[in-house]
Amino acid sequence: MCIALPGKLLEIDVTGLVGKVDFQGNTISVMLGAVDAVPGDYVLVHAGCAIEVVEQDVAQDLMSLFAELEAAYAEDEKSSAGDDPESDRESLFPLFQGDAPS
Amino acid sequence: MKNERITLAHGSGGSATRDLIADLFASCFANPFLDRLEDAALLARPEGGVALTTDSYVITPLVFPGGDIGKLAVCGTVNDLWMMGAEPRFLTAGFIIEEGLDYAILDSVVKSMAREAAAQNVLVVTGDTKVVGALGSSGGQAAAGQTATGGLFINTCGLGSRVFQGVSAEKSLGREHLREGDAVLVSGVLGNHQACILSRRLGIENGIASDCAGLGGMVRALLREGVRVKLMRDITRGGLATVLNEIVRDDLGIRLEEREIPVDGEVEAFCGLLGLDLLYMANEGKFVCVVENRDVTRALAILHQNELGTRAAVVGHVTARNQGEPGVLLMTRLGGIRVVDVLYGEGLPRIC
Amino acid sequence: MIDQSRIRDIVAELGGYSGEPLRFMEICGTHTSSIFRHGIRDLLGNSIHLISGPGCPVCVTPAVYIDRALAWARRPGCVVLSFGDMMKVPGSEGESLGQAQGNGARVQIIYAPHEVLTMAGNSPETTFVVAAVGFETTIPSYALLVQEAGRLGLSNIRLLTALKRLIPALHFICRNETDISGYLAPGHVSAILGSEVYIPLAEKYHRPFTVAGFHGEQILVAIFDLMRQCRGKRAEVHNFYPEAVKAEGNLKAQAVIDSCFEPGVAAWRGLGSIEESGFYLKEELREFDGGSFGIEDTTPENPACRCAQVVVGRVAPDECPWFGSVCTPLNPKGPCMVSGEGSCGIWYRYRVPQGTALRR
Repeated sequence: MCIALPGKLLEIDVTGLVGKVDFQGNTISVMLGAVDAVPGDYVLVHAGCAIEVVEQDVAQDLMSLFAELEAAYAEDEKSSAGDDPESDRESLFPLFQGDAPS
Repeated sequence: MKNERITLAHGSGGSATRDLIADLFASCFANPFLDRLEDAALLARPEGGVALTTDSYVITPLVFPGGDIGKLAVCGTVNDLWMMGAEPRFLTAGFIIEEGLDYAILDSVVKSMAREAAAQNVLVVTGDTKVVGALGSSGGQAAAGQTATGGLFINTCGLGSRVFQGVSAEKSLGREHLREGDAVLVSGVLGNHQACILSRRLGIENGIASDCAGLGGMVRALLREGVRVKLMRDITRGGLATVLNEIVRDDLGIRLEEREIPVDGEVEAFCGLLGLDLLYMANEGKFVCVVENRDVTRALAILHQNELGTRAAVVGHVTARNQGEPGVLLMTRLGGIRVVDVLYGEGLPRIC
Repeated sequence: MIDQSRIRDIVAELGGYSGEPLRFMEICGTHTSSIFRHGIRDLLGNSIHLISGPGCPVCVTPAVYIDRALAWARRPGCVVLSFGDMMKVPGSEGESLGQAQGNGARVQIIYAPHEVLTMAGNSPETTFVVAAVGFETTIPSYALLVQEAGRLGLSNIRLLTALKRLIPALHFICRNETDISGYLAPGHVSAILGSEVYIPLAEKYHRPFTVAGFHGEQILVAIFDLMRQCRGKRAEVHNFYPEAVKAEGNLKAQAVIDSCFEPGVAAWRGLGSIEESGFYLKEELREFDGGSFGIEDTTPENPACRCAQVVVGRVAPDECPWFGSVCTPLNPKGPCMVSGEGSCGIWYRYRVPQGTALRR
């Protein structure tokens, strides 16, 4: 329902409400009131409004996130070969219920 | 011309009209055919028959990075002739000017048009000027709360001589020559013109310039070197998707490879920002060219040698098509497949 | 971010899946669009079906709303500002904002709501009416607009709102559409709301929710995760878009929304009225409201048009008798065909008909 792209916040105007954001060479004026961002941050922009600060490091980490999930699923497959597929579900995914890893 | 703006008097047929023609049009476009200022230009018949085309140019803003409506009015019509294997010789130029147009803008547009005509080696041999009362739209988007005036529309008609014959006995380029396995080339990166124009209208700052250009150099080289060209089309409004849908036949389709389609990073980001599909973005200096597959390496090398063709690429192939199957398919980067249909309505920026 | 050999493995595994049939709903229209643009459906095995959900704000906006926007556009001294998406949607008399513009009504396309601030400042005698549709992703931009208009003392701006809240609609769907196996959660609504908002849904209806980004690869990985969750009989919330989506979401954006809007009953084209599923300007900001209350889905249901079932994924677009014949993008009859994000419009443009030989 919502096209949004990450861009780099270049500068913030004197009011602090509006900033210039660069998308690979395309600069637009963006409302900043819904985020706490400083120049240099990457912000996710939808309809001319920054809706979140993008955590670049976390994006890099998706691979490792995925690797851990794979390990857990491998356990899944193993246990589903046994009797109770829902045995130790609780402890498997501490990462994925909540916050992204740092 | 001392007046700063064009008024209805400039179109009255009286002295203001005469001055405008003498000071601007006749002096910029000067050539032996036009200089006579007769009702019609008398031309010798070129060898090999003629190709004739016409196009009208409506664009806001009138001047944009990479060109203006004058350059566009030459390149667009000249390109249409080249696509048929015809060498452009003569142009007509009709100007419809909305009262209130800055004289300086008209002056720069006409000069740019004359420059481009010289570069493309065509003569503007006859012309016409009309001034109309404010239409209120200037053919584009007026800012809300104000009535726009000072629009400018240009029609050009182009006449070319058919110097290059097609590959077949019928001696013309066309989709009847397509065969399964033919290669589909585009002459360079897509989307720059529309991205440039939309950026100006929406106030998006970037370095994107229109690709507005004459394609004669590349076409001439391809045909002169004997590349077996089946057909050519310039990729203008509606984009590559629309052009390809126009050239497929009931029994032959085209399969595109998404990863091969050339695009500038800046334009790609622009499309992403506004939710626009690159395949539907307008261009003003690109063409698609279908060649026999055995000539594809040679064709690419020829295009790459031209400064306008450095990013030319093979984007797909002609395929057999069964009844009821879509004409143009795209193999996606991920290995999936989708239909590439014609453009429905206007390419509007969207949020979702 | 995700290496290509892993993607190939995932594609191979999804393509080869032949277990229990799975039906996943992508809630968000931008996901639907991306799925088709990348040809992802064709990469899935015959036992994995993707259902397009109600996450297209244009599709779920009742015709009465368009009527109200049209009334503003025809009023002297008024300009309606709209996103491009809304321009072609017909009102109950069949006329769209785009057509009305051709007939002299004043309608202008905007990319960002805050563009209205400059216009309103430059033309104080004109009333600017923003056709404010959208989900939680878009709502902060309207809230900031209202705050700024108040700060600048601009009294010539109105919002005609049809703003939707995702979670009440999801409860409605989970309750009524029990054969959906799992949900691809919308990445950008989740950026505002957070991934935790799906936990009560996952637990109550015992269905997995996976938050996904919008690149083809990100969507594939999320579908893969849903498949694995279903195979392992899990009903968890996984966040596969962590760079943009926090567990708790964007608290500042939520506060911005709450400072200007309050929940209320809202009408969804196709779904009917759902309690608490809309957002309305708060009482102290009603001076900015352009008549957004009491919009009901009174469109007489044409029995041949199946949009209502398409929106909840009960029928596929091409199962509608009008699809592609009476109803096309150039002559849309139902809202799902109108919008660039509507399931029918997307299917019509991108879907490869069955039986097409994929000569590789």
